[in-house]
Amino acid sequence: MSGFVLREATMRYNGTQVLQQVTLAFEGPQFVAVVGPNGAGKSTLLSILAGLRRNYIGSCAYAGTEVRAWNRRAFAREVSFVPQAVRIEFPFTAEQVVLMGRTPHCDGLFDSPEDLEAAEQAMATTDTLAFRNRDFRSLSGGERQRVILASALAQRPRTLLLDEPATFLDLSHQLAIYRLLAQLAQQGLLIIAATHDLNLAASFAGRIVALRAGRVVADSAVLDKGTVREVFGVEVELLKGPGGKPWIYYGE
Amino acid sequence: MGNRSALREWVRRWRPWGRPSACYVAGGTACATGAALALAAGVAVAAVLAAPLVGAAHIDYARALAGLSPDREILFYARLPRVLLAALAGGALGVAGVLFQALLRDALATPYTLGISSGASLGVVLALCLGWRQLLGLPAVWVAAFAGAGLVLLIVLAVATEGRRMSSFTLLLAGVTINSICLALILFLQNIASFSQAFAIVHWLMGGIDPVEYSTLAWLALAVLAPLAYVFLRARDFNLLAVGEEWAAARGVAVGRLMLAGYLAGSLVTGSVTSLTGPIGFVGLIVPHALRLKLGADHRVLLPCSFLWGAAFLVACDTVARIVLAPAELPVGVVTAMLGGPFFIWLLRSRRRSLWL
Repeated sequence: MSGFVLREATMRYNGTQVLQQVTLAFEGPQFVAVVGPNGAGKSTLLSILAGLRRNYIGSCAYAGTEVRAWNRRAFAREVSFVPQAVRIEFPFTAEQVVLMGRTPHCDGLFDSPEDLEAAEQAMATTDTLAFRNRDFRSLSGGERQRVILASALAQRPRTLLLDEPATFLDLSHQLAIYRLLAQLAQQGLLIIAATHDLNLAASFAGRIVALRAGRVVADSAVLDKGTVREVFGVEVELLKGPGGKPWIYYGE
Repeated sequence: MGNRSALREWVRRWRPWGRPSACYVAGGTACATGAALALAAGVAVAAVLAAPLVGAAHIDYARALAGLSPDREILFYARLPRVLLAALAGGALGVAGVLFQALLRDALATPYTLGISSGASLGVVLALCLGWRQLLGLPAVWVAAFAGAGLVLLIVLAVATEGRRMSSFTLLLAGVTINSICLALILFLQNIASFSQAFAIVHWLMGGIDPVEYSTLAWLALAVLAPLAYVFLRARDFNLLAVGEEWAAARGVAVGRLMLAGYLAGSLVTGSVTSLTGPIGFVGLIVPHALRLKLGADHRVLLPCSFLWGAAFLVACDTVARIVLAPAELPVGVVTAMLGGPFFIWLLRSRRRSLWL
C-alpha cells in the first residue's frame, strides 16, 4: 500500500509546537490541498512528509515504513518534493535543473537515454521545452516554477508534494499548474499541495485538509463557511460557480 | 558503482555526427563536453612542457634528455619540479574554489577569501617557529597546515550560519576578519622568531614556489589527487548540492555525509598545497569563474576543467614570476594577487548590480 499514514505527528521548533499531534492518512491517487493561514504548519507538515525533517515526534509512515527509516534514494524514487521557491546561484540551464531529478535513478556520472527521455517528457508535460537551454536564473517566476515542477516529475514519483506551487504566479500560470496537478492525480499520482488560495483548492482538489496553529481542524471534500471562519477568522459566502464548483467570496 | 557501464555509454554516445539531442550530457552535447576536456588537458600539458624552457639559462629537451650538462640539471632539478609543483598547486586550488563555492552556494567563496589559506599559513608558521619537524609521524608543517585550515573552516561556518541559512555577506566578513587575525598572529610569531626563522617565514608567506624534492612532490600528489578523485566521482551530487541542501536531500543525496567529505577534502587539499607553497590567492576565484562563463555550472565538466586550467594558470603565473625580475625571482602569490585583486573587485561590483550582497 502506498501513501502516508501520520499518527500523532508532533514537531517542536525553538520551544513552540508548530505541529501538534497530527493524525492523517493520504492514500491512493488523489489531489489533496492543505490550506491554512501563515504559520499554520503547512510547510512543516510537507517537509516531514518529504523526509526533510526527521526529528518529529510520533509516527509518519510511507507505504508502511517510517519515513526516517527509508533509504533516501529509494524514497526519492517514490516521493518528490517541490519547494516554495528555488534560488540558484550558478548558471545551470533549465534542462540541467530538470535532469537533476534523475539522480535517485542512476549510479554513474553520466545521463542514460532513459534519463534524457524522462526529462524530455517532464519538460513537454510542463511546457518548458522552449527554454531548455536557457540559464535558469534568467527565467521568469512562472517559468522557473514550471521547470522545478518538471524536475520533480522527471523523478517519476508516485507521490508529489508541493509547497505553495503557484503562489507567485500570474492567474493563467496558476490555473495551468493546478489543472496539471489535477490531471496527474487522475493518472494515478498522490498529490499533496499546500496553498493559501482557497478558490484554487476548492476548484481543483478532491480533498481539503485545513490546518490552524499546527492542528488539523477540518478534513473534507468541500469547504464550508464554518471551517473558513474557524481557520482564517474571515466571514465568507459560498457561491456556486459555473459547472457547480464552489466559489468562495470574501469581498466586503 | 556502475561507472564502467556509464563510461561505455558515454563513449557510445560521443558521436560528433549523431543527432545533437541524442548525445546530450546535461544540456551540452557530449561532443562539446569532450572538446572542453580535451582543450583543457591540452593547455595544461602544453603549459607544463613549455614552462621549463623559459628562464635565464637557455635549455632544450633534446640535450636534457640526452643527459648533457647543465641542461639536465637545470631541467630536472631546478625547473621541472617547480613547474610540477605549480601545476599541482594550481589544479588543487582551482578545484578547492569550485568545491567551497558549491558547498556554500556562493561564487565568492574560495580557500583564500574564506581565510582557510591564512589558517593553514598560521599552522605552518607556528610549526616553523616551534621547530617542529614531525607530528604523528608526518611532516609537521603539513599536519599543522591541515589543522589550521580545518580550524578556520569550522570558525567561519560557525560565524556565518544563522539557523539553517548561510549569509554571503557574513561569510565574506568572517573570512576577512579571520585573515587579519591570522596575519596578526603570524606577525607576532615572526617577531619572536630568530632572524633566520623570520626570513624563512617571510619568504614562504609571500606564496613562493621553490624547487622541491621529487619525493615531496609524490606525497603532495597523493594528498591532493586522492581527495580530488573522490570529489570528481561525486560531481553529480555536487551539482545538486550547489542548488541547495534540501534540493539534494529530496533527490536522495546523503547531504550531511557529502558536505562533511567535501569540507574535509577542501581543507586537506588547501592545507597540503599551502604547506609547500605558502598562501596563493585568487586561483580558486578566477579559474572557476571564467570556466562557468564558458562551460556552465555542471560540476562533471567544471571540476576536471578547473583542475586542468588551474594547473595551466598557476604554471603561467609562476613562469611570469620567474622571469619578470630575472635573475631575481618574484613569489607567484604576488602575480596572482595582482591579477586577482582587480578581478575580485570587478566581481563584487557586477554582483551588487545583479542584486546579491
